[in-house]
Amino acid sequence: MNNRILYAAAVVLSGALFGFGLALSTMIKPEVVLNFLRFRDFGLLLVLGGAVMMAMLAYQSIPRLMKRPLLNNGFAQRPTATLKNTLVGSALFGIGWGLCGVCPGPAIAGLGAGNWPLAITVVAMLLGAYVQGRFARVA
Amino acid sequence: MDISTLFPAGMAHYALGGLLIGAGVGVLYLLTGQVGGMSGVFSAVWSYVSRLPYFQRAQFTATRQWRLLYALGLIIGAALWLMFNHGETVTTHIPWWQLAIGGFIGGYGARLGNGCTSGHGVCGLASFSGYSLLAVMVFLATAIVTAHVVSALGGA
Repeated sequence: MNNRILYAAAVVLSGALFGFGLALSTMIKPEVVLNFLRFRDFGLLLVLGGAVMMAMLAYQSIPRLMKRPLLNNGFAQRPTATLKNTLVGSALFGIGWGLCGVCPGPAIAGLGAGNWPLAITVVAMLLGAYVQGRFARVA
Repeated sequence: MDISTLFPAGMAHYALGGLLIGAGVGVLYLLTGQVGGMSGVFSAVWSYVSRLPYFQRAQFTATRQWRLLYALGLIIGAALWLMFNHGETVTTHIPWWQLAIGGFIGGYGARLGNGCTSGHGVCGLASFSGYSLLAVMVFLATAIVTAHVVSALGGA
């Protein structure tokens, strides 16, 4: 099979695991997230804890066991923002999250489960990302 | 105190869902070496249509394809869950203006701070990033305050 097709299939499979997990854990329901933020249901901590545990296992062990990933030449690094942008951006992100009850992943995944109102959030996030880039200082 | 009062909707589906989310991030890393945060796609897609130098950087042009496929996978995964759930779709009763304004501010902030709940929360914490730990504490704090304020003002 063509390598590019295999690579694309690997990405879609990973995303599908992620999306199934978001739906199963009901994170695609803004009401559930808002209940967590209002201390009525602490389930979100279990979701985050489970996800961090699995990701930690992968990030900490795979680069020690393999020189490169199975379908690529190297392991990517997360690009970082400056400390100020990290703080200001995260503070704003939290305000938005507390208003609409979904973050980028659940907003996208919600569409797959028929939660159509979340399309409003996806479009709004696209616009927010555009405005951020439009006024960003390019280093 | 009975722990079940903290989890009125049960615990198993939360924990299992979280493990699957982390498995998705792990499989992506194992196979492609990519770090699978979700907010990046919202900037990366603009590189297809905008000539702005900011969006034409390799950070976006070199990752837009897999980021879009990853987002497509997210939709497929949730649709598969829907099939297991006998096609009972999910809906939300949050007012449209909250979905719109929250999405806009959230999208702007996530891109400025270079990460959201998956980028900083899952991937960042799992790679022991200090900035990510800071980001998570900040956005949890402002989200909790915002949700309480909205609630006190009679919002959804």
